[in-house]
Amino acid sequence: MLTDAERHDIENEIAASWDKRAACISALRAVQARRGWISDEAIRDIAAMLEMSTDELDAVATFYNLIYRHPVGKHVVKVCDGAVCWILGSRNLMQYLEQKLGIESGGTTGDGLVTLLPICCVGDCDHAPVMMVDGTTIRDLTPERIDELIASRFEVGG
Amino acid sequence: MEPVLTRNFRKDRPTTSLREYEAAGGYQGLRRALKEHTPDEVIGIVSNSGLRGRGGAGFPTGQKWQSLPPMDEPARPRIVIANLDEMEPGTFKDRYLVENDPHQFLEGLLIAGYACRSELAYVFIRGEYLTPPAGIVEHALVEARDAGYLGRDILGSGWNYEVHIHLSAGRYMCGEAMGILNAMEGKRAIPRTKPPYEVTSGAWGRPTVVNNVETFCCVPHIILNGPEWFRKIGKAKDAGPKIYGISGRVKRPGSYELPMGTTLRELLDHAGGMLDGYQFKAALPGGASTMYLDDSEMDVPLEFESLREIHCYFGTGTAIIADDTTCIVGLTHNLQQFYARESCGWCTPCRDGLPWIEKLYRDQEEGRGEAGDPELLMELSRSIHGNTFCALALGAVVSVESSLTKFRSEYDDHIRLHRCPFEDQR
Repeated sequence: MLTDAERHDIENEIAASWDKRAACISALRAVQARRGWISDEAIRDIAAMLEMSTDELDAVATFYNLIYRHPVGKHVVKVCDGAVCWILGSRNLMQYLEQKLGIESGGTTGDGLVTLLPICCVGDCDHAPVMMVDGTTIRDLTPERIDELIASRFEVGG
Repeated sequence: MEPVLTRNFRKDRPTTSLREYEAAGGYQGLRRALKEHTPDEVIGIVSNSGLRGRGGAGFPTGQKWQSLPPMDEPARPRIVIANLDEMEPGTFKDRYLVENDPHQFLEGLLIAGYACRSELAYVFIRGEYLTPPAGIVEHALVEARDAGYLGRDILGSGWNYEVHIHLSAGRYMCGEAMGILNAMEGKRAIPRTKPPYEVTSGAWGRPTVVNNVETFCCVPHIILNGPEWFRKIGKAKDAGPKIYGISGRVKRPGSYELPMGTTLRELLDHAGGMLDGYQFKAALPGGASTMYLDDSEMDVPLEFESLREIHCYFGTGTAIIADDTTCIVGLTHNLQQFYARESCGWCTPCRDGLPWIEKLYRDQEEGRGEAGDPELLMELSRSIHGNTFCALALGAVVSVESSLTKFRSEYDDHIRLHRCPFEDQR
């Protein structure tokens, strides 16, 4: 069941769109902003509001990288693996994060706090290597900056 | 050169407000277009300026606008889409333009809308650009609407124009002209059969013009200063100023506004040269979908025409620099991982061929490369491009072919040593 707030968000997106279907990516984003991810049940409920079949909406939801069809942690850390970050050692930083968090890329910590993912070039190449933590880009990454981030924001390890 | 696109950029404050933009002569290009020119005259001026699309393909902008169907055809509204998807690896110019001076971009989008007799525009923004670029565009739209630049009867001209934001959710294919239309319609961003081209039947079947953000940014200056002025800025064959980018192990990576036709050597000089202790090896001159240039090609003007003459692409004009510690096989593997992951899956050669290429590169990097693999890579690459609906597959494999042509010895070293010869340097 969608909450009233979620239905309201989706109605707003529909009102601002060409037609109901054109609102589907915004609708998925809006529900995900409240729940963290998009479940099968959410697909069914959103599709009904948009007068799409569940398969049609799932085809869209599974296509776009920023729609999560699996549960994610409270924070999502996305390490840029674009070409410039690669040249400047992003693989080592991903390995460092994997060790620090005790998970592999694609995984979530046992306490549900952090999900670690790769992301395509985020357009900050003059400050490579970079990563995104939730909506924020962290530039000029070093192992020390990763240590600071984990200590200050994730309240684990350090 | 005198700054054009970056003339209002200030180091001490990030974003130019509407008032600051107007005080510096902003929106005078729009005023002049509405007052002194018919839409067709505006298209003529842009055509004569030699402006070519800054998104990568370099299609002449005026020619694109000219190819809209005649006004007696009933399909309405005509739609203008500003492409701020910017997912080309190594590219960071459009966010730089929008974050610093959003009204320059909006003014260009408005003049384009007038020229194309459009009533409706969308700014298509990459999902990762939620903050800050999307927020900055949103704020600028509010300012522009309050000042009478948007909405009904703009500046008393009788022309109505609305601009909306479409915030995407991340997929490389959205940057492609047909993919962006499907994404806008709430579908998977897959290509479409051409014809019909988007100018006749684009988003929701309406005539649609898709241009890159930097292209729009050039338009107000062309209207104010004239097409001859714009053409003269170019140093070689192409016209106008360009936001070049440079990144990798250089002293001052960043964005530089320079005349079109600046060479790689000059661009590298602007960036202060290579970091101490590193030598230049190769450059991808305009993002991941362009061919490698080596040190013998540093004096070729970086522009559409001159690079085409040496069978290379200009792309987005933001150069990725590989230094002497960068493994070209490994870097090309990184690019192929990206393309294999981002292939939309519509065309079999791309969907199946790119993962195969990626696996062969992985084998090279992990010491399992075999004699004959370079030839197989070349064969696979040639069987992909030309056999897909969109041009992104071609962009995907040009790094394979150019690295095999220019850096073949690095492949042979991997195969002979059964490991990556650069692995100690990481």
